[in-house]
Amino acid sequence: MPEIINSIDSTEKTGPVIHVTTSPHILEKGAGTRRTMLDVIIALIPVMAASVYLFRSYAVKQIVICTLSCLSAEVIFIRMRGKSITINDFSAAVTGIILALSLPPSMPWFVGVIAGFAAIGLGKIIYGGLGMNIFNPAMVGRAFVIIAFTGILGADAYSNLSGVADAVSGATPLTALKYSGIHTALSNMFWGNIPGSLGETSVIASVIGGLYLIYRKAASLEIPACIIATIAIIAGLVDLSCGHSGIFFYHHLFGGATMFGAFFIATDPVTSPLTFKGKLCFAVGVGFLTMIMRMYSGYPESFMFAILLMNAVTPLINRWFIPTPFGGK
Amino acid sequence: MADQPTAIERFINGILPENPVYRQLLGMCPTLAVTNGMKPAITMACAVAFVLLCANVVTSLIRDLLKPHLRIVVFTLTIATFVTIADRFLAAYFFQMSKTLGPYIPLIIVNCIIIARCEVCASKQPVLVAASDAVGQSIGYGLALVSIAAIREILGTGELFGLQILPVSWPDWVIMVLPPGAFITLGLMLGLVNWIDMKKNGNLK
Repeated sequence: MPEIINSIDSTEKTGPVIHVTTSPHILEKGAGTRRTMLDVIIALIPVMAASVYLFRSYAVKQIVICTLSCLSAEVIFIRMRGKSITINDFSAAVTGIILALSLPPSMPWFVGVIAGFAAIGLGKIIYGGLGMNIFNPAMVGRAFVIIAFTGILGADAYSNLSGVADAVSGATPLTALKYSGIHTALSNMFWGNIPGSLGETSVIASVIGGLYLIYRKAASLEIPACIIATIAIIAGLVDLSCGHSGIFFYHHLFGGATMFGAFFIATDPVTSPLTFKGKLCFAVGVGFLTMIMRMYSGYPESFMFAILLMNAVTPLINRWFIPTPFGGK
Repeated sequence: MADQPTAIERFINGILPENPVYRQLLGMCPTLAVTNGMKPAITMACAVAFVLLCANVVTSLIRDLLKPHLRIVVFTLTIATFVTIADRFLAAYFFQMSKTLGPYIPLIIVNCIIIARCEVCASKQPVLVAASDAVGQSIGYGLALVSIAAIREILGTGELFGLQILPVSWPDWVIMVLPPGAFITLGLMLGLVNWIDMKKNGNLK
């Protein structure tokens, strides 16, 4: 890992920009934070399109509020630290869009603003900016408002919508299954015609965007594949042993934030491990914790907490799986 | 012992320059645990002030009798005596508050602030200096607790001392009265204090 060590040294002089890219480094000209972040934004287009189609003005409003608040938070906090402005690497915009897509459709405007400032301020700048953060900034912002405004972001935020199709207004599939035993049709979950957070409902949009990310090498295949496999195995085993005839299985595989989170949130290069084995370890942990918390905690969907917990142990995973150079002991 | 600080220096140092929480980073556990409201924070600060003053005075009185290898035991026993008094007093006269604070009053026994003051000041200096040191440190500790508790209670409930001070429409930031709010507030306050300090000393780039 010599590149990384060097980059950390050089940040003392040049500012908090760390380039963690996969080898070979010479392959692509201009491949850097900016290009990677642009790829993420392009990959998010199908997800944004699906959410705007499904949730209409709710989605537009949320994406605009969260992106603007993340960008302004970045400008304000970077200036407070006396560093040069890093806003044009698009990382704050990516955080804002992912944050907006991970939040429920209906909520007051200030929740989005607070989430954006918490994401950038508490999630990123406090650790020294992009590349230094331990936790995924968007998830820090989301966790902050989810815990702070339990009332506002409760079931009402999903079910109290007007001006959209009835199908997307109501209890999310995981909530409905967990608390009232009502199940949602598989095809609706595939196309996204279900209630839920803005970006997570459409499986097909997340998969298209995610495959583009992997094709562009902005995300690694191991993490999403392994998370989905882990969730599928655990959900499948529970389904088989309890005789849910497949309903439990596909709800957990396609419902909640499984697809969106696996492709867009867990693959954040800064907060996920660097080596192949480390990525597998991280992904299995995320899938396992998600399923455990979905089944046994008070929250019907816990992908966010699973990501944050695994983010916390990522430095440890990196240390466990330091690759041995050829000829080394 | 000509180079030991005088009583007034000890008193002033305790309040801000050597603030137990913000400068010495001592007593973090109660600082995080009891600052979700002003009332528990002030009760805690008073209990610590009482124990610190009594322990410092007693330690200072017996300082010539202390054997170096047994001094920590003597400090701890002295502190434990006064903590028990404070704990039983609260349980007798402020039962609800005693329940709210739970184990954090008994835990004053192992609060590093008090052992540190006994070790640094009271075991070496006369009673008057030790007493003024205890008062200064207690004020510093109280200020730190109150500053954190005020932020957390106002943001978390819109209230101060249980009285509504923000508009009723204020959306309560529940996270601020929960443990994460304690860590976030303490971290930001520490950063702020360091930032002000750097600015004052002209070390800021």
